[in-house]
Amino acid sequence: MIRPILVAALFILPVAALAADSARDAILADYATQAKKADVSFTAFSSQRGEALFRTKWAGGDPRTPSCTACHTDNPRNSGQNAKTGRTIDPVAVSANPKRFTNRDDVEKQFGRDCKSVLGRECSALEKGDYITFMAGQ
Amino acid sequence: MRRSVIALAVLMTWISPALAEDWVPPVTDPLVQKECGACHMAFQPAFLPARSWNRMMDELSDHFGEDASLPADKTQAIRAYLTANAGDVQMKGRAWKYMKWVSPGGTPQKITENPDFERKHRFADKVWKDPKVVTKSNCPACHRAADKGYYEDD
Ligand code: HEC
Ligand code: HEC
Ligand code: HEC
Repeated sequence: MIRPILVAALFILPVAALAADSARDAILADYATQAKKADVSFTAFSSQRGEALFRTKWAGGDPRTPSCTACHTDNPRNSGQNAKTGRTIDPVAVSANPKRFTNRDDVEKQFGRDCKSVLGRECSALEKGDYITFMAGQ
Repeated sequence: MRRSVIALAVLMTWISPALAEDWVPPVTDPLVQKECGACHMAFQPAFLPARSWNRMMDELSDHFGEDASLPADKTQAIRAYLTANAGDVQMKGRAWKYMKWVSPGGTPQKITENPDFERKHRFADKVWKDPKVVTKSNCPACHRAADKGYYEDD
């Protein structure tokens, strides 16, 4: 009895991880299409630009949240804390939290809220793709 | 027979609020837990009357300065849950005491401005400024089982 469960677990775990990866890839592919439409010279997302988006003190929105790090902390592998409500936020780095960036509606909803709070405007498809690319490598 | 049934019923209504005194029925609906628990804990609907929740669900695009708006179908489902479990509808548990302070037509939006809340939370400024607390509405910072509806754990 234990053997089949173990065997099943061995198969299911990587499959679940793969499913998460492919869901994330599909979201990234969507952003790539949009980025290309906005700028024909677009070639690929950049983890470096994503990191800059994450760390820059934009101070364009709510004074309590000058940067993404105000809630997600300097280290995306750590748990964060919402600067407005004090609530704990699970890590946003994919290595620490493999479910990240796998539900399109949630990702879009959160970019909408968080970019407004930090930059005072929407993020572009390029910025969104860069950000996810950075977090996927963290 | 009839008399003892009535006596029992009277006894029950007298005891049961006392039994539930320190408990506030927690949010059990997964949609409400997810959408209203994204930025802060999903507050128990019993802390506010139904008309307060109706107003809040009407004004989600400016929710304490946040844009918390949701697609219409989700807004509708959450509204139905919150109003069905509101303090003036359920009338039991610890939050029931909060309803005594709500004026008949009032639509308060903050649990933390209810006099019953204020009465139990007269703390020095430095308690509220603790980086783990941040704001009065961060119930779980002090009540570890707040999301399960327990507020007498300290
Ligand atoms: C006010 C606090 C706050 C700030 C500032 C903030 N975030 Fe967030 N972020 C959250 C919360 C809360 C969540 C959702 C909670 C969760 O998923 O655990 C989240 C989740 C996300 C998600 C969704 C992840 C997923 O798996 O669906 C994205 C994308 C995101 N944030 C991007 C950003 C970006 C980009 C910035 C800076 C421009 C930023 N955040 C700044 C609070 C914040
Ligand atoms: C985008 C983030 C966000 C979402 C999503 C959100 N809220 Fe809030 N909510 C806030 C903020 C910020 C405050 C103000 C907290 C403070 O100042 O202490 C707040 C305050 C509240 C308060 C008053 C707390 C008090 O001080 O007594 C209630 C009640 C409330 N929210 C209910 C809800 C409900 C119901 C939902 C789901 C429909 C929801 N919230 C979704 C951000 C959010
Ligand atoms: C800074 C810490 C702190 C925060 C934040 C906090 N509480 Fe409390 N709360 C306490 C303490 C301490 C007591 C006990 C006070 C007493 O017994 O006089 C208490 C008492 C209570 C009680 C009364 C329990 C009883 O004895 O019947 C309720 C109900 C309650 N809190 C609800 C809340 C809710 C709801 C929130 C969030 C909206 C909240 N609290 C936020 C510290 C806190």
